[in-house]
Amino acid sequence: MISNFILAPILVHMLTAIVLMFFWKKIRAQKTISIIGNSIAFLVSLQLSISVWQNGNMTLQVGGWEAPFGITFVSDMLSATMVMLTALVSLCVGIYSTEAINTSRIRYGYFVIFHFLIMGLNGAFLTGDIFNLYVWFEVVIISSFVLLTLGGKKRQMEGAVKYVTMNMLASSIFLTAIGILYGITGSLNIADLPEHVAAVENRGLVTVTALLFFVGFGIKSAVFPMYFWLPSSYHTPPSAIGAVFGGLLTKMGVYSMLRIFTVVFTPDDFIQGVFVAIAVLTMISGALGVINKRNLRRILSYFIVCHIGYLIAGIGLYTELALVGVIFYLIHDVIIKSNLFMMSGIINKIRETQDIYRLGGFYKDYPKLSIVFAIILFSLAGIPPLSGFWPKIMLFQEAFAQGSYVLLGTLIFASFITLFIVARIWSEIFWKDLPKPNSEEIDHFCNFHKRGKIALVLPIVALAVVSLFIGFKASFIFEISERVAYELKNPQIYIDSVMNHLK
Amino acid sequence: MELLLVFLVGILYSAGIYLILRRSMVKLLLGFMMLGNGANILIFLMGELSKGKAPIIDGEESQFTDVYADPVPQALILTAIVISFGLTAFAIILLKKVHATTGTDDLDSLNVQDLDI
Repeated sequence: MISNFILAPILVHMLTAIVLMFFWKKIRAQKTISIIGNSIAFLVSLQLSISVWQNGNMTLQVGGWEAPFGITFVSDMLSATMVMLTALVSLCVGIYSTEAINTSRIRYGYFVIFHFLIMGLNGAFLTGDIFNLYVWFEVVIISSFVLLTLGGKKRQMEGAVKYVTMNMLASSIFLTAIGILYGITGSLNIADLPEHVAAVENRGLVTVTALLFFVGFGIKSAVFPMYFWLPSSYHTPPSAIGAVFGGLLTKMGVYSMLRIFTVVFTPDDFIQGVFVAIAVLTMISGALGVINKRNLRRILSYFIVCHIGYLIAGIGLYTELALVGVIFYLIHDVIIKSNLFMMSGIINKIRETQDIYRLGGFYKDYPKLSIVFAIILFSLAGIPPLSGFWPKIMLFQEAFAQGSYVLLGTLIFASFITLFIVARIWSEIFWKDLPKPNSEEIDHFCNFHKRGKIALVLPIVALAVVSLFIGFKASFIFEISERVAYELKNPQIYIDSVMNHLK
Repeated sequence: MELLLVFLVGILYSAGIYLILRRSMVKLLLGFMMLGNGANILIFLMGELSKGKAPIIDGEESQFTDVYADPVPQALILTAIVISFGLTAFAIILLKKVHATTGTDDLDSLNVQDLDI
């Protein structure tokens, strides 16, 4: 189906950002416009997803230049799922930001950049052209640079140097890979490339190009040994920014891997082996990194690294069931990681510290909030029947069926460490008595006006409900994941939907 | 000409990566510039050089009959140059600000945040 509607999620955020620029100093207007823009984008993304679900892939040849000559936008079920998740997270974080981000940051254009970031993410998920993907990546990283450094605190600057360095390096490697790929195939359209790649005689060069793509995307999605920029930068910006970064940015790298390594390159045994080995090392290093950290948000950062390993492992196994597990885990992970960072923001507002040894007594002071947080934490650990359980069991099963016992062992080890740390977070922050009695003026949360409290808590509750929904209505998510995995294993569907005018 | 460019690309990449691995922030910046330029020349090289052949079809004919310069790599490079211009501008400001707040040019001294046990 050819439709201009595919651009709507991108355009809504772009227009919102442009309108926001006209209200540069008007804080209240900016908050309202941002929420309206996010809500419209949410509805539009929902419409797009439903349409793709019912009618199959949607494509748009921009400017009437037919593929493979022009830039193509494609929305298959994978793209639609990612756009939907982006819309959900951006709506929740947008509402949360209205109270969690201080006014001086909003005055320097927080919401403008936020919407440009989400626009870039939507563009990256919807484009069907590999160079266009690079351009969207750049839109995303330059927005994320600004968000990361907005406020200019010393620790933010320190984190930003590492973040900027690694992301610029990843972009250079990605660009190099695109250059070589264009040299050996003469095409940039993702749907047109597989035919040309298959025809290349120098197979060694194809493998090298594939690995260059893997390194480029790997840095962005924080896999071993290129993950260290993430835990040293994600805890520095305010928690709302951390929520978008933690939930969506690394997943953009995983999405690109899924796309490139199913449609363009079909992984041979060597590349599958690389994926599995990297996944094992990522999980181990993430899990070991998380054990000795005291700062809550650094713990969460290492969790991101650790759980990226699950996704890479599933891609490495490369069977349909493993890909179902990957998609399911991706859906669960985006929601849960964003929510965890927002949770850490509220804890910070109440206790003014992120150090788990100095926190405590949370359950006594805020029992209702604690129950919501418990749902989030236990979903993360994957306690059945909450959302993390189903995809993990699928991945375990598939690793067992494929005979990758090392991978299976690592998956179980990483899950166990996750459970252990979740239990520790629970006992340190929620159950333990507060080590030093809390003076009332530290608690910025209880003095908040009613609307502010709602704006902070509502998004977390909403995402927690989504997590519960994923856990209890797993059959529905499983159906979506199955469809995505089927499309990934049969890339001809994607190719035909773009190139059908040639028939 | 191709051979010359191949060596140039190699030198730019290796010098760029070497400079990124140094501890000085200014060298980091220079490294990125070299890496970016190296990538651009690589794309240029991959598009098969053909001198003086513009991709323009004569009025009477309907398709290309001669070898022509591929316009796509040039469009890609143009885009990449603009992007790397923006990124470099941002990086310069960032490093200047980092220097102002921390008072050092040494990247190894920026580990204060990583020391929380």
